[in-house]
Amino acid sequence: MTLIYPTKTEMPALDPVERRALWDEVAVGYTVERALAESRRCVQCQDPVCELGCPVGVPIRDFVRRIQLGDFAGAADVIRTRNVLPAICGRVCPVEHQCEAHCATVGRLEPVGIGRLERFVADWERVHPRSEAATKRVQRPEKVAIVGSGPAGLTAASDLARLGYGVTVFEALHAIGGVLRYGIPEFRLPKAIVDEDVERLGELGVEFRTDVVVGKTVTIDELLGELGYSAVFVGTGAGSPKFMGIPGENLKGVYSANEYLTRVNLMRAYDFPGYDTPVKRPTRAAVIGAGDTAMDAARVSIRLGAEETHVVYRRSQTEMGARHEDFVRAGEEGAIFDWLTLPVRFLGDEEGRVRALACVRMELGEPDESGRARPVPIPGSEFELEANLVVIALGTNPNPLVPQTTPGIDVDGHGCIVVDHETGRTSRPGVYAGGDIATGAATVILAMGAGRRAAGAIHDYLQGGSDGDLGA
Amino acid sequence: MATILDKRELTPVTRLFVVEAPLVARHAQPGQFVILRVTDHGERVPISITDFDVAAGTVTLVIQEVGKTSGLLCAREPGQELLDLVGPLGLPAPLAEEGPAALVGGGFGAGAVYPIARELRRRGVRVTSIVGARTAELLILRELLEPESDGYEPCTDDGSLGYHGFTAARLGELIEAGAGFTCCYAIGPMPMMRAVAETTRPHELLTYVSLDPIMVDGTGMCGACRISVGGETKFACVDGPFFDAHRVDFDEAVVRSKMYVEEEHVALAGAGR
Repeated sequence: MTLIYPTKTEMPALDPVERRALWDEVAVGYTVERALAESRRCVQCQDPVCELGCPVGVPIRDFVRRIQLGDFAGAADVIRTRNVLPAICGRVCPVEHQCEAHCATVGRLEPVGIGRLERFVADWERVHPRSEAATKRVQRPEKVAIVGSGPAGLTAASDLARLGYGVTVFEALHAIGGVLRYGIPEFRLPKAIVDEDVERLGELGVEFRTDVVVGKTVTIDELLGELGYSAVFVGTGAGSPKFMGIPGENLKGVYSANEYLTRVNLMRAYDFPGYDTPVKRPTRAAVIGAGDTAMDAARVSIRLGAEETHVVYRRSQTEMGARHEDFVRAGEEGAIFDWLTLPVRFLGDEEGRVRALACVRMELGEPDESGRARPVPIPGSEFELEANLVVIALGTNPNPLVPQTTPGIDVDGHGCIVVDHETGRTSRPGVYAGGDIATGAATVILAMGAGRRAAGAIHDYLQGGSDGDLGA
Repeated sequence: MATILDKRELTPVTRLFVVEAPLVARHAQPGQFVILRVTDHGERVPISITDFDVAAGTVTLVIQEVGKTSGLLCAREPGQELLDLVGPLGLPAPLAEEGPAALVGGGFGAGAVYPIARELRRRGVRVTSIVGARTAELLILRELLEPESDGYEPCTDDGSLGYHGFTAARLGELIEAGAGFTCCYAIGPMPMMRAVAETTRPHELLTYVSLDPIMVDGTGMCGACRISVGGETKFACVDGPFFDAHRVDFDEAVVRSKMYVEEEHVALAGAGR
């Protein structure tokens, strides 16, 4: 019996100092040698418990086995039976809370680097492309409309196109990808990868319509009526940024994370004036919140030239929501973490530009309704944190446009569309929903899982009860 | 993509475009706007809808050349495409049931008040249009707006046409003279809208202004366009663009509108290369 190396095979990455000025992808990816070495850390459990942790049910053991055998095309085929966006998931999935948390080695050794292996296979496939277009497939007469081109919509589109439906994806912005396009920065998810995945869907026959705001440009009633769609999937995401409601929030230089990242990622403000959309370049930046988006915003600030970037969070590191890897990378790049710190107001200069945050120190008290220790302000602890750019990364609320303009769609008290979570069915026949619009802000992979389940349910609905198996 | 079908020079710095956009035309209501992008490297900019024709499948936009993007746009010719045009965005103007209504349009805002005038008149509400410009040659769209107005009041800063002075001053005179307005809509440059708000405030005349702060997506996603109204933060793109003028924090709106003044200079310098 061979011994398992106790730690994951290292992921090569750009130098932390050099990359502070670079937008290139930070994690370089495994070489074939490294992928083989890492795959051999998998003991091929009889009962692959890691798969329980995958929201889309990727047959992890089998694809890792294919890597062990050097059959990378086979590994890609195995992944693609369940995941249509593996190059994306291999980069952005919070694996430490999902598959890798279930790995049988956990507790004794570092888990198998499943995310890194998935990325390796997907990247191998990118340079060894195999077109699906030639595959003969049943063509069905029904058309399905997908509203929103983020991970939920793209997954549903892919599944439905494979099932033979005519699929049209409607996107409000001028580019496809939703949060993958406007939210996640280039250094973590190169946009070329999103482009390739979208192209692949195009080859499957999926039609993309940008610049269409469903609810404004067309309504769901029109889609289901005169435009001839038999079903609609709503994956419009958690589009509305939360603010804190504290004084000074509308000073110049205070951004929502959505605005800051959209300017930089979608509009390429980092290349201003090469691109026309500007963004303020900080000397001292403060990012409020400690989730994935906060890490992205902090690392963007570093790349925009901030001499000092603070991540300000009212709880402690233990409660932080960010992926471990991105937290580590942000720290390597120089982000300073101010745990147990709550901004209470923003202070401006005479021209209305933000110059500092007034903050109080917190301590952890009794558990709150989320089960986490409640942060409580320490009296007399107020201090000023200097910053000429502030990013509020405290999450988002569901985008209200579709529910507002579509009769018969029920929403809950948070504005989320009420769905049956097994099928994505809404209160209106023929209309399905999934992803952040139904669950509130969550992850790429959970949205993909919802898109997949809804695609299966739409197939059942259109076939009058036949099974929703994709037969892939 | 949206094809430019027609273009007219209204003033040396203002152009009118008729653009093919059947879906936008079909759903547009008075007071809404579109967001457009001229080139692949371009910004997303909000533009009020001046007119829409469902049968022809067109929308009419009035553009004043103020910066790089509007300059690029004004240089486009019929037959050329706009890379992106999305809409109609924002909420329709809240329309009065009873008149008479005062419509105040400053500069390019004379275009944006036109669809409101037309719709109010269609509903049987009497309309007085007060439109202003620096000088007679800069006063736009009289031929469109005057036939849709029961009273038409041109104002010029230099007195070369109509009333000699600002629109807000003329509005104040009409109110004092007993015009009996039930409501007022003001669209134009921020100082003009603010002056109108201050004119009508003592008369407690219900006044709406159409705000056009800096926007990015225009669908409520980013919050760039936030405006304080009665102490509450609103997004102009989805909660507006029309707000109660007497509750808008104009000081803040003016400051925020100047967020990228330095960058605009850089962009224009680059465009001149």
